[in-house]
Amino acid sequence: MAKYLLLKHYRGAPAPVNDVPMDQWTPEEVSAHIKYMQDFGARLEGLGEWVDGQALSPEGAWVRYDGEGRPPVTDGPFAETKDLIAGWMVIDVDSYERAIELAGELSAAPGAGGKPIHEWLEVRPFLAAHPTTTE
Amino acid sequence: MDEAVLRALTPTVIGVLVRRGADFAAAEDAVQEALIEAVRAWPDDQPRDPEGWLVTVAWRKFLNAVRADTSRRHREELIEREPAPGPGEVADDTLQLYFLCAHPSLTPASAVALTLRAVGGLTTRQIAQAYLVPEATMAQRISRAKRTVAGVRFNQAGDVATVLRVLYLVFNEGYSGDVDLAAEAIRLTRQLAAKISHEEVAGLLALMLLHHARHPARTGPDGRLVPLAEQDRGRWNTQLIAEGVAVLQAALVRDRLGEFQAQAAIAALHADARTAAETDWAQIVEWYDELARLTGNPVVRLNRAVAVGEADGPRAGLAALAGLDPALPRYAAVAAYLHERDGDPVTAARRYAEAARSAPNLPERDHLTRQAARLNARPRSGAAAGNR
Repeated sequence: MAKYLLLKHYRGAPAPVNDVPMDQWTPEEVSAHIKYMQDFGARLEGLGEWVDGQALSPEGAWVRYDGEGRPPVTDGPFAETKDLIAGWMVIDVDSYERAIELAGELSAAPGAGGKPIHEWLEVRPFLAAHPTTTE
Repeated sequence: MDEAVLRALTPTVIGVLVRRGADFAAAEDAVQEALIEAVRAWPDDQPRDPEGWLVTVAWRKFLNAVRADTSRRHREELIEREPAPGPGEVADDTLQLYFLCAHPSLTPASAVALTLRAVGGLTTRQIAQAYLVPEATMAQRISRAKRTVAGVRFNQAGDVATVLRVLYLVFNEGYSGDVDLAAEAIRLTRQLAAKISHEEVAGLLALMLLHHARHPARTGPDGRLVPLAEQDRGRWNTQLIAEGVAVLQAALVRDRLGEFQAQAAIAALHADARTAAETDWAQIVEWYDELARLTGNPVVRLNRAVAVGEADGPRAGLAALAGLDPALPRYAAVAAYLHERDGDPVTAARRYAEAARSAPNLPERDHLTRQAARLNARPRSGAAAGNR
């Protein structure tokens, strides 16, 4: 078993096939998209492959340490060029092939015109927290 | 109350319920509920016959569940079917459960989860914690697994090899959560070895014992990985080593060599050396040759290259490495090690850094990064003075 992160981007991913911003869909299309995502999560739980899923606000700032006794330095909002993560799902699956298969299904979520978005998702393996017992 | 004693009774009690006519999935649920009740009730009032208590409570839970979702008539049929209490073919029942939970129709993850619950008696929560997934996900994984094997006849003979693969997976998951999966795998393999005389079951048990014996020496106080050659051998568990060697020897005399016996033989040769320098690498190379013949696994040849490097020098090791696929896991780490031994720290540092980038887990990555850093930080005065 291995865990994978499926990463969705607001910005920074290659352009999807069905590239229409969400605010230009019909309300029904928006609802259909949200339902697809919820059903996908519920189905993964039923398959025993779900770990976590979260959405992120596009707002945020860069922060860094600025030395002893000084408050952290912040810089924001993010520049238009920043690679911007929209959210993620964490799955626990038997193989890399299964992770790719599930990411492909998630990328088929419907968008404008009820057609799949074909959104590019980033698939990243987790590093296991523990070494294997055998050396 | 010793939880291990309670958990050891799990497969027996499931077997009794199945024999009385419960289907496996319902029996397993009922026994799980009875175990939870036992944990609650026994500290105040330990029954004289723990197994009888569990059977009685689990059977009642089962009937309640049946009452809840099927017709009354079905329940009455089941009650009529109930045989007089008495010892059944307990050993066989447990063995059947091992086979069922490792059934080839299950994915590895499902087989592992089902084995830990139905044979190991762990709760869904404990299994979920050990595998770092939500409890709801693990519950679904287990119930799907139970549906998958619903059509399998309970008394069908299974393949020992599939059971061993599942137990080995559990063992290799190691130590996370509050359940020591390595220790649990050893317990389940020991129990299996007591029920079936099979040289590879013994081989796997020996392998687990020999690896587990080194566990205290494998990590430093800060959690870092300590490689075999640098381990404090005084911290190896000599009792486990002695048991592992004895189990292995008894298996080897049967002269039916298998993968796990060969791996255990290699682990035994390491355990036998009082210092890393005293390791009998020539014999280890021979065992890797056996293992390669038995499995055809290219990872075995990679490990063999390390052993060749120790037995015949790093050049020979690098030559053994040359014919292998560089895409193999840990190929770069092996190359780095051999290059350093061959007196080429620059290449070694580069290969260690490369190995760190493709490491499968955090402690291994940190270890490889430290190796690269150590080599990169070595004094360069020699080169500056024009010695090279």
